[in-house]
Amino acid sequence: MSILVNKNTRVLTQGITGTTGQFHTRACKEYGTQMVGGVVPGKGGTSFEGIPIFDTVEQAVRATGANAVVNYVPPAFSADAILEAVAAEVPLVICITEGIPVLDMVKVKHYLKNSKSRLIGPNCPGIITPGECKIGIMPGYIHKPGRVGVVSRSGTLTYEAVHQLTQLGIGQSSCIGIGGDPIIGTSHTEAMRLFNEDPATDAVIMIGEIGGTAEEEAAEYVKNHFKKPVVAFIAGQTAPKGRRMGHAGAIISGGRGTAADKIAALKAAGITVSMSPADLGTTLKAVLDGKAPRH
Amino acid sequence: MNIHEFQAKQILGRFGAPVPKGQPAATADEAAAAFTALGVPKAVVKAQIHAGGRGKAGGVKLVASADEARTFAAGLLGKTLVTHQTGPQGRVVRRVYVEEASAVARELYLGMLVDRKAGAVSVIASTEGGMDIEEVAAKTPDKIITEVVNPLLGLAPFLARKIAFALGLKDKQVNQFAGLLASIYKAFIETDASLVEINPLVVTQDGRVICLDAKMSFDDNGLFRHPDIRELRDPNEEDADETEAAKYDLSFVHLDGNIGCMVNGAGLAMATMDIVKFYGAEPANFLDVGGGASTEKVAAAFRIILSDSRVKAVLINIFGGIMQCDVLAQGVVEAARQVKLSIPLVVRMEGTNVDKGKKILAESGIKVISAADMADAARRVTQAIGVGA
Repeated sequence: MSILVNKNTRVLTQGITGTTGQFHTRACKEYGTQMVGGVVPGKGGTSFEGIPIFDTVEQAVRATGANAVVNYVPPAFSADAILEAVAAEVPLVICITEGIPVLDMVKVKHYLKNSKSRLIGPNCPGIITPGECKIGIMPGYIHKPGRVGVVSRSGTLTYEAVHQLTQLGIGQSSCIGIGGDPIIGTSHTEAMRLFNEDPATDAVIMIGEIGGTAEEEAAEYVKNHFKKPVVAFIAGQTAPKGRRMGHAGAIISGGRGTAADKIAALKAAGITVSMSPADLGTTLKAVLDGKAPRH
Repeated sequence: MNIHEFQAKQILGRFGAPVPKGQPAATADEAAAAFTALGVPKAVVKAQIHAGGRGKAGGVKLVASADEARTFAAGLLGKTLVTHQTGPQGRVVRRVYVEEASAVARELYLGMLVDRKAGAVSVIASTEGGMDIEEVAAKTPDKIITEVVNPLLGLAPFLARKIAFALGLKDKQVNQFAGLLASIYKAFIETDASLVEINPLVVTQDGRVICLDAKMSFDDNGLFRHPDIRELRDPNEEDADETEAAKYDLSFVHLDGNIGCMVNGAGLAMATMDIVKFYGAEPANFLDVGGGASTEKVAAAFRIILSDSRVKAVLINIFGGIMQCDVLAQGVVEAARQVKLSIPLVVRMEGTNVDKGKKILAESGIKVISAADMADAARRVTQAIGVGA
């Protein structure tokens, strides 16, 4: 078991003919993911390395039985591509694209309510269930099948955490990058809820960063409902106020969204917080071995 | 991206929001001419910098003649203004705004922003105008009115009236306010703004509701749709290195420490700054070279880091997913040769083509301190400058 994706997941690529779409569709296919189709308006009827291409998501779903879609469409058109996938009732929509205007995401967020889809991202690495299904841009080989969940707003910092776990011989159930933008489809809290309900996940590494209050909300959820050990890290302890740190959503504004506030909320929820990003794996191991106290 | 007050007022005015008449001026003579052109008995001369708190810092004055406008402008232009938002280094005033004076009866606060929690645009209003709104929110949260705008409905008149009544507006002012709010919302949506702040929004003694101050920020991701707004960028208000980095599509922020950092990915870049601090030193910058960095990009990043004379050592931390370690190594070697690197360089690489990357560095003849992992890298770089454990 795992969350959201497994060996039965059938994936479409939106933007399969672009450089990024091609590269990662190939890499995901090599990993063993069932890449069943692509969608590029105007290129329906052609194919990419044996993968059929369709003009619309609706046609592609009907022809392939896809139940997930990954979006590499350039920022100016990406929100529209998300809307198309949601309109076609694809259950899982993963958007990798960075740079989507936030007001486009306001519309997407509204359209997602009462829809049949879950959106992951945008501006995220995607999701992987090691050994079964990789959807997105993460390097597959650093992962190892196992029972620890990873959720993060960042890409490479997630790889860092996963790498540390794998080096220690600890495998992962699923790793999900929820994205670095201010408005995203799936929050930390929702990802934690999925891990809570997954019998194949024993513990979770939750990685947050400055900006917004999503980590504080997740801490509240963990305190009240989460039944498994959690180890957390918050990036940006040294970030100045009012400056955007790369991610569109990583900014301390109006004195809110500081690492200190988030760390305090996480600790108050009984979460073990690793103060150094290099200690995520060892801290989780200590917690699993019963050697580190849950605060 | 931020713009000046006078630019924000021009945009809001274009969308129909009531703003006082005014003219920007870059010289004292222009300020005097602007006063005369306005043809009003009294005007306000305001310093134009990208920071609030100008009034308290002496950057705003009521004047009653062209001469007075000239004198005050002459005293401001070219000078550094330090407000509670500029930091101790202050900002140089390069322009003033000369605006008709308003007889103020009430000061209110009006803000509009992208509300992350609601996933929508929210309107924030308060009867406590002219104050620091964050302080009002902290001390008297009941005085903050927040309304989320449904993106499909837009800013419905009933919602605007609801806010107007909550602000204690009466009679004609209610509809005036509703019209003003509708204009601001239209401007917000049509320019891809991320923040509009009217502080204060005032009721004049003759009963009009007008925007006395205005601040606008824009979503960088939306700028491609608005070449006219991109034009308003004022490089004088931005860090030169950050502007240079942006040319190469690098995300860079200056900090106060002496360890230069080059990392791929924003989260890992922040975490790298944190671990430098964890080991007892201070990061000199945030720098995300991005996912698919080329050799030229890496070389540019390296030059920008080393252009800061405070930097005593450089830490490169790359987790190659899309980024290939050999490409990074090539860029580092090229840049190190160009700048004749003379300070310690610690490199931690992991991921795609890591062995090729390590080989390129080893054979380059450049003195590189290799690190096994992130903690080792932080330890070595802090040791290299003689601090830390």
